Amino acid sequence: MNQISKTSRRDILKSAAAGLVIGFVWTPNRSAFAAPEPAAKILAPNAFVRVAPDNTVTVMIKHLEMGQGVYTGLTAIVAEELDADWNQMRAEHAPADTALYKNLLFGMQGTGGSTAIANSWMQLRNAGAMARAMLVAAAAKEWKVPETEITVKKGVISHAASQRSASFGIFAARAALLPVPTDVKLKDPKDFNLIGTELPRLDNAGKINGTAVYAIDIVRPNMVYASIAHPPRFGGVVKSFDPAPAMKIKGVIKVVQISSGVAVVADSFWTAKRARDGLNIEWDDSKAEKRGTAELLAEYKALAQKPGASAKKSGDVAAVKAAKTVTAEFDFPYLAHAPMEPMDAVVEIRDGAAEAWYGCQFQTIDQAAIARVAGLKPEQVTINTTFAGGSFGRRANAASDYVVETAEIAKAMPPNTPVKLIWTREDDTRGGKYRPAYFHNMKAGIDEKGDIVSWTHTVVGQSIAAGTPFAPKADAIDTMSVEGASNLPYAIPNLDVNLHTTKVGVPVLWLRSVGSTHTAYATEVFFDMVAKAAGKDPYAARLALLDQHPRHKAVLELAAQKAGWGTDLGPNKARGIAVAEAFSSYVAYVAEVSRDKNGGVKVDRVVCAVDCGTVINPDVVRAQMEGGFGFGYGLVLKSAITLKEGKVEQGNFDSYDVLRMSDMPKIEVHIVPSTEKPTGVGEPGVPPAGPAVANAIFALTGKAPTSLPILKKGLSV
Amino acid sequence: MATSFELNGISVTLDVDPEMPLLWAIREKAGLVGTKYGCGIAQCGACTVHVDGVASRSCSIPVSAVAGSKVTTIEGLSNTISQAVQSSWQKLNVVQCGYCQSGQIMSAVALLTDVPKPTDADIDAAMSGNICRCATYHRIREAIHDAAKSI
Repeated sequence: MNQISKTSRRDILKSAAAGLVIGFVWTPNRSAFAAPEPAAKILAPNAFVRVAPDNTVTVMIKHLEMGQGVYTGLTAIVAEELDADWNQMRAEHAPADTALYKNLLFGMQGTGGSTAIANSWMQLRNAGAMARAMLVAAAAKEWKVPETEITVKKGVISHAASQRSASFGIFAARAALLPVPTDVKLKDPKDFNLIGTELPRLDNAGKINGTAVYAIDIVRPNMVYASIAHPPRFGGVVKSFDPAPAMKIKGVIKVVQISSGVAVVADSFWTAKRARDGLNIEWDDSKAEKRGTAELLAEYKALAQKPGASAKKSGDVAAVKAAKTVTAEFDFPYLAHAPMEPMDAVVEIRDGAAEAWYGCQFQTIDQAAIARVAGLKPEQVTINTTFAGGSFGRRANAASDYVVETAEIAKAMPPNTPVKLIWTREDDTRGGKYRPAYFHNMKAGIDEKGDIVSWTHTVVGQSIAAGTPFAPKADAIDTMSVEGASNLPYAIPNLDVNLHTTKVGVPVLWLRSVGSTHTAYATEVFFDMVAKAAGKDPYAARLALLDQHPRHKAVLELAAQKAGWGTDLGPNKARGIAVAEAFSSYVAYVAEVSRDKNGGVKVDRVVCAVDCGTVINPDVVRAQMEGGFGFGYGLVLKSAITLKEGKVEQGNFDSYDVLRMSDMPKIEVHIVPSTEKPTGVGEPGVPPAGPAVANAIFALTGKAPTSLPILKKGLSV
Repeated sequence: MATSFELNGISVTLDVDPEMPLLWAIREKAGLVGTKYGCGIAQCGACTVHVDGVASRSCSIPVSAVAGSKVTTIEGLSNTISQAVQSSWQKLNVVQCGYCQSGQIMSAVALLTDVPKPTDADIDAAMSGNICRCATYHRIREAIHDAAKSI
């Protein structure tokens, strides 16, 4: 997921133009949330921009807004080339339409891999510039002046010589009648006046006053509510059940077996859930996964003692005669994404059509999945993408699990019955699709001078991609398992990174920053253990090995400088540092920790430095680093999904512990100035968070946390 | 059996099972969906409303328990403190996914009503029952201080 392919400007222009060729028409039923004016009055030169006579400019957002700021960032790119005023800009989720709205780095419509800005950058600059050119052409025609004499600034089109000016709205309808330009001139980045500035988030108001719409808020005429009983073990299936007791509960409409369990449909969610909770189902666990965390850990540990399939090899680790050898083993638990909005969706199946409303992250895949269930063609399925109450990867899955469930229930109901499925928190925590559990075995050699001369890294765990369209070709290494490890940035002459891919019946999925959720922790914490053994300062030791990676170096230097690395913190305090690249963005953290009066460790302050190329909105970048730190730190500090005899032991936030306000340190974010092409910020803040804290704990206590989470039941650091 | 109470200043009578949690009565029967479901067991704070001025987890209160009470949801916020909080939330761009923020704001308004100038420790104590998976905690803390200054 993290390879950003090179997309030429010409390709992007072709892609933008493709929208026009197939004749994009704005029709009111394409989106549940907009009732656009008749198409003719609106300037819609491409699939992304609509300039309306009321002077609003709406940008169609092809990516899911799940908090990462795409509504604001993608709209700013259009506004910049359009020379619009920020106050006239609006954003709206685009419909599911792969031809128009595919992610240019995926080839399908979907959000992930921190690609939203990276893949849209040139596409949306062109889209905005196209609309601007047509508005200018319309004004020139009306005013009978050359286009070159017209200027556009903050949403006002002006002709200085004749002292005429007009808003975009005035010319929207007339511009819509003009030919769409095929090639437009883009701004010189030095003339940007919106990109790089702190524009306020476009989704602020609704999320502050409660009017922002998520799947759980959708209400349709005749809508019914559903709750599902899933098997207690992964791979279990329904053997038998008795619908009669549930049907006796007032408000229950139907009890139906679907592919993943038994669904109860009722006139309210609470009734559906109550009836679901009371179902007496006999499950067939003959093919279910029955191993527990302890058994899996033992198996993984045994596997990790032998090298796996080679992911990266340079030099010859076996030939190294080290003066000193350092070894460590790390274990990482399964992790649930636990977005605040549990999985939910609304689906209605009609004669020859289906319509869905939810925070859709993989439009192309989900559209095909709903079509399969409903017996329709994908283009007969309309998806209205709502905001998502977080996702962290959960809503992007090749199985479209909760979406298929909703469609199956809708299929079981009479036509024209919208079904709202809501998973409970427990359903969400026990529903699988976890970040896999991993075991890492690491060994490094240090020579007489204290230089690291060898590095061996064995990773053991399930493949996220296996069994999905994203699976590696036969015999190819599963890159998602080793990203962040196989591309270790440090100049170490003998390197061996290898992988054992395991087969376990627990469904797994990418979680915010994917492989780097564990590889960055293992490599960065182990680096500090090795540096200590070599008698070196961990910051200086990193810098010395990063000559080939100036962007890693720059974020480390900026974070260290702003944090005052090397200055005295006083007693019972220590700092830790970590750096990682993910999705072509670079992030370093320095964490300051102290012993609290109970003997525990508290994180007091965090300093972040980030390089994500050209910055669209520094405030959104900072927000993603702050939140990315909290997310990554919270996972390693507190969170774990464990299994006993195949059953998940956690259910709600009382047992699946997550970061809370009292855990969150003060954090400051510094951005490395850059003119490189923009890269993502949704995920890259996560990987170095945990290891920065762990390294500070290591510096303070002499003991590096190698078994996660740091705070296990009954243990404190 | 019907339950009567005051919802955002308006008298309502909801004809629902008295055991139905207030959260679902507000959302599905009164049609106010700004209050969110996150856990159902008073562990996450997404469903926070004010019952007679006290921040309460509506997922774990049967609707019958608020008979005769005054319930305020995110849609009903209107006083000076509420406006200051919402304005600081806007100014500092606190929200990310936004799903927990109704609950965060309800808890913050209740805190500032009781403690006009809260310390970081006060904020930690009052807000640790509200989970934000986007981890906007740093900005929530700043926004509460900012709102306190403007009140």
